[in-house]
Amino acid sequence: MKPFVYKKAGTVAEAVRAGAAPGAKYLGGGTNLVDLMRETIEQPATLVDVTGLSSDIRRLRDGGLLIGAAVRNTELATHREVRTRYPVLTRAVVAGASGQIRNMATVGGNMLQRTRCAYFYDAKGSRCNKRNPGQGCDAIEGFNRMHAILGASSACVATHPSDMSVALAALDAVVHLDGPGGPREVPLTELHRLPGETPEVETVLRQGELVTAVELPPLSWAKRSTYRKVRDRASYAFALVSVAAAIDVRGGKVKEVRIALGGVAHKPWRAREAEAALSGGPATVKAFRAAAEAELADARPLRDNGFKVELAARTITAVLGELAGGVR
Amino acid sequence: MSAESSVIRVNGTAVAPPGDPRVSLLDFLRETLGLHGTKKGCDQGGCGACTLLVDGERILSCLALAVQYTGRDVVTVEALADGDRLHPVQQAFIDHDGFQCGYCTPGQICSAIGMAGELERGVPSHVTEDLSAKRAELTAEELRERMSGNLCRCGAHNGIVAAIAKAHQAGQLSDSGRAAR
Amino acid sequence: MNEWSSSKRGDLSRRRMLGVVGAGVVVSALPSRSGAATRPGAQARTAGEGLVGAPLPRIEGPLKVRGAAPYAAEFTFAGMVYAALAFSTIAKGRIISIDTGAAEAAPGFVHVMTHVNAPRMRPMMPWASSEKAAGNDAWPIMQDDRVRWNGQPIAVVLAETQEQADHAASLISATYEEEPATTSFAQAKANGTETAVLGGQPVHIEIGDAEAALAAAAVSVDATFHTPYQNHNAIEPHAVTVAWHGNELEVHDASQSVVHNAWSLAQILGIEEHQVHVTSPYVGGSFGGKFMGMHQVLAAASSRLSGRPVRLTLSRAGVYRLVGGRALTEQRLALGAGRDGRFVALIHTGTSTHTPDSPHPELAQFVSYSSYATGTLKIDLQWAHLDMVANAAMRAPGEAVGSFALESAVDEVAVALGMDPIELRIRNEPQADPLTGLPFSSRNIVEAWRAGAKRFGWERRNPTPRAVRQGDWLIGMGCGAGSHMYARESGGAARLTLTKHGTATIDIAAHDAGMGTATVLTQITADQLALRLDQVRLRAADSALPGVVPGIGSSQTTTAAATIIAAQRKAVAELLKLLRRDSPLAGLTADEVTPRDGGLAKTDDPARHESYSSILTRARRDELVVEATGGNPTESEQYSMYSYAAVFCEVRVNAVTGEIRVSRLLGSMDCGRVVNARTAAGQFRGGMVMAIGLALTEETLYDERTARIMNPSLSEYHVPVHADVPEIDVIWTGIPDPQAPLGARGIGELSMNGTAAAIANAVHNATGTRVRRLPITLDQLL
Repeated sequence: MKPFVYKKAGTVAEAVRAGAAPGAKYLGGGTNLVDLMRETIEQPATLVDVTGLSSDIRRLRDGGLLIGAAVRNTELATHREVRTRYPVLTRAVVAGASGQIRNMATVGGNMLQRTRCAYFYDAKGSRCNKRNPGQGCDAIEGFNRMHAILGASSACVATHPSDMSVALAALDAVVHLDGPGGPREVPLTELHRLPGETPEVETVLRQGELVTAVELPPLSWAKRSTYRKVRDRASYAFALVSVAAAIDVRGGKVKEVRIALGGVAHKPWRAREAEAALSGGPATVKAFRAAAEAELADARPLRDNGFKVELAARTITAVLGELAGGVR
Repeated sequence: MSAESSVIRVNGTAVAPPGDPRVSLLDFLRETLGLHGTKKGCDQGGCGACTLLVDGERILSCLALAVQYTGRDVVTVEALADGDRLHPVQQAFIDHDGFQCGYCTPGQICSAIGMAGELERGVPSHVTEDLSAKRAELTAEELRERMSGNLCRCGAHNGIVAAIAKAHQAGQLSDSGRAAR
Repeated sequence: MNEWSSSKRGDLSRRRMLGVVGAGVVVSALPSRSGAATRPGAQARTAGEGLVGAPLPRIEGPLKVRGAAPYAAEFTFAGMVYAALAFSTIAKGRIISIDTGAAEAAPGFVHVMTHVNAPRMRPMMPWASSEKAAGNDAWPIMQDDRVRWNGQPIAVVLAETQEQADHAASLISATYEEEPATTSFAQAKANGTETAVLGGQPVHIEIGDAEAALAAAAVSVDATFHTPYQNHNAIEPHAVTVAWHGNELEVHDASQSVVHNAWSLAQILGIEEHQVHVTSPYVGGSFGGKFMGMHQVLAAASSRLSGRPVRLTLSRAGVYRLVGGRALTEQRLALGAGRDGRFVALIHTGTSTHTPDSPHPELAQFVSYSSYATGTLKIDLQWAHLDMVANAAMRAPGEAVGSFALESAVDEVAVALGMDPIELRIRNEPQADPLTGLPFSSRNIVEAWRAGAKRFGWERRNPTPRAVRQGDWLIGMGCGAGSHMYARESGGAARLTLTKHGTATIDIAAHDAGMGTATVLTQITADQLALRLDQVRLRAADSALPGVVPGIGSSQTTTAAATIIAAQRKAVAELLKLLRRDSPLAGLTADEVTPRDGGLAKTDDPARHESYSSILTRARRDELVVEATGGNPTESEQYSMYSYAAVFCEVRVNAVTGEIRVSRLLGSMDCGRVVNARTAAGQFRGGMVMAIGLALTEETLYDERTARIMNPSLSEYHVPVHADVPEIDVIWTGIPDPQAPLGARGIGELSMNGTAAAIANAVHNATGTRVRRLPITLDQLL
């Protein structure tokens, strides 16, 4: 780990001031950043500790929730309103990592965690366009069982590893930012980027920008939501495929539906094709499957991850079926 | 900063944080303070051997920069026993053969105690069916899921689970109060 | 004269009533077996107060649960520095240059060692090339500019703190001249394979014409099985703390071979064996991965060059780069049977990956040597040579993956015959060793099958695949057999000290990496001397102690037991010489006395007794010291000796996602007498858990383009977590082996064998899909 300067921020203004310096990075629970620094993949000159900033969850006037970026994952999952009004979010958070890591990791940090691609992690021995732009990608023809089937590019096929963010994508969450240019808001679905030719640019965050909070819209029907994660061992593993979904069925018809996928793309993948296919239509297993297939029509599997297409289709179908309550 | 918030309390004793901010809480304990009870298994956040308690919550000390823990109360395995008297969870691990090589053991024990606090606070898990319940029952499935961040390579899982379940049934799992003092 | 039998016939039923084991599971006693063959003339021994067999808790338990047991990286020397390694990033070639300038300029830097300045050292000697050799290869260690595998250490950096050492090491860069390397299995096979060698003999056996018998068989299976590279992944990474005192080297190691390592370091460094002192009192798991490695050499050499004591703890990635694991195998398993279910042909051939001079053949075929009466047999193993880190022995090497293939094929034949797979196995029980013709010392696998089936509820199994379903979950049951060859090392020796206070110390250079050795050897000593446990002290895992007793081949307990028994006999003989004329034992010979109640008694008249304390005090002796050896394991030459396992499994497979959960596991063992019911149960369960990993989750990902290991971490290499491990039931026949010391055969690796097949067979029963490639990941079931 390269030597760095550690600063603890007492206020957002203080954090943003310190974070504007070249080579500065914000530090949350450290569960991903410290590991990446040890691997020499991240080499910040300054770490600005933002865990002392907002760790509140409060109810907004419109009924939504505003979640401070420094809220720990455990706290988020346990919060009464989150678990009862947005069960998909609680389920996504507790599907991630381990109890210990969830006690450390913050909401902001979870969102901004970086890919687990093996070639990205192998700083000394493998090529990676994300780590070293223009170097090439060893994953495309290497071990890519964990990799993207949607929205990848010839430069990068990595996936985003967060579970929490998949639920936030389904919930139309809005990310609150602050930075040298002042505060602004970005929908979660637009926070992360697809890799394109610049996979090293993973989010729309500008230099020195800090995630300060995430806002959940009221979505009364999100009570009927859940998260299903499929992985290689029963716990403590990253997703092969995960599905966050919420659905509102009235009289056998889909009134509202939100679907997001994890483990399939460089970002939490909001399944808008599937949502469009279902909206207003019948809530049947057949329709769910057709919608899933519509979403996955553009899937481009690699050597090892072809199974994800069928797995994702099946999991979407099963999750919607479960939420819709035993439809056929 | 107040004097209290500029030091780390380790097993009740105030210690100055390391000068090098790269030093993890784990290495600080092991190499600076000579507290070797907390183990380094992977230094990657992948095994749970370095689990200890901070303000009663379990964390991975290998991913924790020590400088981030000023003003906090750190409890390690060394502080669990009361002199010659083992903590009930420690005793349960012996009684139920909850270890073989012993290397993951301090992490398992600290993790179990931290888990008990989470149960009391109503923290749900991946296998909790009813999210609206105020408190999760510690079924075998819940216990295994909640302890899954602590790897054991010897295969002592059954003994570990039995030990924790026994201590929990006896109401002794969260008896970490004296350790934190 | 049977040296080892310690049970008389009337004793057997009691010995089988083994109380309670580990997790509160009551071990059932099997029905009494008539004619458990003790050899004529076998001596009954009543020494010990029933300690052998008792489920005693581990003696080091309190230390371990307090975190107070010191492991290798927890010893400290004044002036000690920390080491970090830099690794090669090519598979084969030459180092043109290494730039250490930036590292040397980094804060806290103390020293850097590369092939340029490393002291001249001899290469490691691989296992079996000499009595105390324990390496996995014979490559020179940092002696030239050659790169032999991707991940080879090319520099050792020392610094004042670990953080500084890690950072400085990360600044080292090298340029290479790459050479074509063989990095893929297909390419290695295309290069031409070599017939594997075991004990100087080529691994090729033919009995009858197996191919013709297979072709003519009424029912047959002929299939290819694949098993992956795997790593041991003990939770404690390899670590060593070393200091030179003049020409003497003190080594705190994490080792399952302290005497070997002391000898190896001496011969590599060019000093005398007695100048190296290796201790390893606590080891955080070994599993075959912690014998002699290059990291001890690098630490000792860099310490010598720098003049500073050194701690070298391998990073987790470093463990993968330096310490090889289970080799990859491709196995052909063909099994032919008549309509009556009698096997007529068994062909077990294949190819394993291998590196030059590796003493570990990954002999998957070994399980087929003696498991079934098949009439004809064909065995062949080819080695495919790759440019990669030397493969090592990993718990039940060969057998773990070979039993997957063999026992899957047996299941396939059972399905084809419409026969119960247990009955099929029993029908093919051999009467004598099918390969050697030797009699079995004790083989009670049939009893293990029957008892296991009853306890598991095997009769509830629906033999039709995909017939049992609960919601989305398909449920299936399967079984598999395992065996593990008995081994006793010839180098066993022990020193026994009896004191006038009536206490004893047993010194033996054995190892406890969690197997329970320390507890078991203390227990055996107390038993042999009729002392209480707290009157016996064990000193072990120290190269200065007697014995060459590596933790290998599940042999430590048998090896040590033989030496402890021998030492006890020697001590008894010496004690008789010290008797005063007025002793109640005066005039008796060694054959007439037995240790009893802290002393010796006349065997058939226990009232004639004198305590050790009294004998020594009255002889004006503070202590009596004897040293004894266990002798050569001639029993292995006269008998076919194996431990046996019958493993039962129930799995649940999600019909939607293919996720697999092992919901029940039972192991029914036949392993001779169990010395400690608690630690033995731990060994059985431990092997079965590791076999869950073998079956379902574990694979070391070698990128075949570069031979680079891509998942060198505990996050991406998936060992089973708590949620993957169900309650595991273990039972055993408890029938002592009349040929083994104390009647006990080895148990440390046994349950690795058969379990993966039991899981795979259960998956077939649940889903109808036969998976022949490990690990059985969910995508294979979609």
